Amino acid sequence: MVPFLACIVLFLFGLYAVLLKRNIIKIIIGFSIMEYAVNLFFAFAGFKREALAPIITDVGMVRNFVDPLPQALVLTSIVIALATTALMLALAMRIYEKYKTFDIAEIRRLKG
Amino acid sequence: MLESSFVPLLVAIPLLGAFVIPLLSKLWEGFADLVGNLVSVFLLGLAVYGLVHLSTGATGIVYKMGGWLPPIGITLVYDSLTALVVLITNLVVFPALLFSTRYLDQYTGRWKYYTLFMLLLAGLNGVAISGDLFNMFVFIEISAVASYALVAFGTRAEELEAGFKYMVMGEVGGLAILLSVALLYAKTSTLNLADMSQSLAAGGHTTFFWFALGTILVGFAIKMAMVPFHSWLPDAYLSAPAPVTAVLAGVFSKVVGVYAMSRVVFNLFGLSRTTAPAFFDMLVAFGLVSIVAGGLLAINQRNYKRLLAYSSVSQMGYILVGFGIGNYWGVVGALFLVVAHAATKGLLFLSARSIERSTGTRDIDSIGGLEKSMPVTAWSYILGSMSLAGIPPFAGFFAKLLIVLGAVASRMYWLAILAALFSTVTLGYLMKVIGKVFVGRKSTEPTPAQESPPMILLALVILVVVVVLFGIGFQPVLDWVVQPAAEALFGGLAYARLVFGG
Repeated sequence: MVPFLACIVLFLFGLYAVLLKRNIIKIIIGFSIMEYAVNLFFAFAGFKREALAPIITDVGMVRNFVDPLPQALVLTSIVIALATTALMLALAMRIYEKYKTFDIAEIRRLKG
Repeated sequence: MLESSFVPLLVAIPLLGAFVIPLLSKLWEGFADLVGNLVSVFLLGLAVYGLVHLSTGATGIVYKMGGWLPPIGITLVYDSLTALVVLITNLVVFPALLFSTRYLDQYTGRWKYYTLFMLLLAGLNGVAISGDLFNMFVFIEISAVASYALVAFGTRAEELEAGFKYMVMGEVGGLAILLSVALLYAKTSTLNLADMSQSLAAGGHTTFFWFALGTILVGFAIKMAMVPFHSWLPDAYLSAPAPVTAVLAGVFSKVVGVYAMSRVVFNLFGLSRTTAPAFFDMLVAFGLVSIVAGGLLAINQRNYKRLLAYSSVSQMGYILVGFGIGNYWGVVGALFLVVAHAATKGLLFLSARSIERSTGTRDIDSIGGLEKSMPVTAWSYILGSMSLAGIPPFAGFFAKLLIVLGAVASRMYWLAILAALFSTVTLGYLMKVIGKVFVGRKSTEPTPAQESPPMILLALVILVVVVVLFGIGFQPVLDWVVQPAAEALFGGLAYARLVFGG
């Protein structure tokens, strides 16, 4: 239970950065922390103490094995996280070119 | 097996389009227009084919990827709710892409736009057909990432700012959905929606059940811009290119928000009004807040596009109220409003762009009398407004009537009165635009403006025809599209029987 709660706490740290930091780069770092937290959570969900890798060998079937599916899912979600981080950084660069600042308090040309 | 093989094409064709467009555009820039529009026509055909196929009696089509049986393999499910969602998606995307052919004259990088649009389309169709929760998340992210990039496509300062703001909100929503997927996987050890629904039904309504549901619903609420998560919406809708706004307002919020939410609530968590009244009351409460806040924000706007954006918040509230009422007619009304609002909002945003293109302003006070100079655009906007405001015989009227009937049938009279009352608020702010922009006072000179080019008018006329047909022919639409979809939702855990039995 403790690792799962630790993941939730880590997720909340990331959320704190996203919601309350004023610097765009720190917001993006906050997203990375949240993504790590969820990925860790997934990996823990498939973990089993003293279990083996789920590989079929000549010796025979492995009976006590770690759930491999969450690891495959985590890989997919890491790829998605890569895409979103890249897009966010690209937007941040273009915003810096236009506004000459990373401070979201000064990036306020929109009303709503 | 053969008859079901059209299902994966709904994702494969736009992905192929996204791959081909950058390659061919090196030869001739017009290929981007050509391929994009061919893909959308083809998908519209597939959507109609799927609908006809289902109306012959089958409850749904289950496609097993690679022949792996559920719950081990990935399944694609095409039931009547999916058919409804795929139909409205492609029905709005087709005119939006026609509109794009001329809209893009002001930009460079035509192929980049179409490539992103194809990815958006692949994601939207994918959300509708995916039969497992993780694939649904992946498709939500594909369409969301494409939409972030499209919102910032113009790369002016405001557009980048709106794109970043939208992305921050949208990604928090996406991560909330992913966290809930992880929670549910940890509990049930499966991702297949059908398998998971049986496992959750066996587990009962524990604290964990509500926590996982709450987390995923926060994600969907952000994606569909419910109050209090609506702050990204007006900026994103104003900054995106007009055809993208039409798709975001008309379809994206419906597919990624409403469809995914209703699928999860009814078919995955298996909830209904009788088993969880408190939860459905909460949906009604959130819906009402959105109706009121969206309506009041819209009524003071002088910018006609921003007004439409806030009106979207309000209309999504109606959809949520319909689901929250939770009896048969409430849900049928909500689904009919999904269909009606998709076509109507698509039409309104496209004709708003057509006005802006000719007059160069978004301020309703500085233009007037456009009915004379731009008759087609003006009448598209007026007919769209009438449908949105709920004037008979347009589609919006029947949708809201059904929702009010549902409220009366459940003896929620105060809700019926409030819903009807705020429908007049909708009428009020739409009449303000019509009165000032199109009719104009006699004392003021009509603004000089030129009618838009034929391709844009064609896109508008197609959507006008769709909106009018949905209104006049509401009985067939109800019988063939909406009621089967509502029955698919009310079947609840029958979804699982479809997947495992088929």
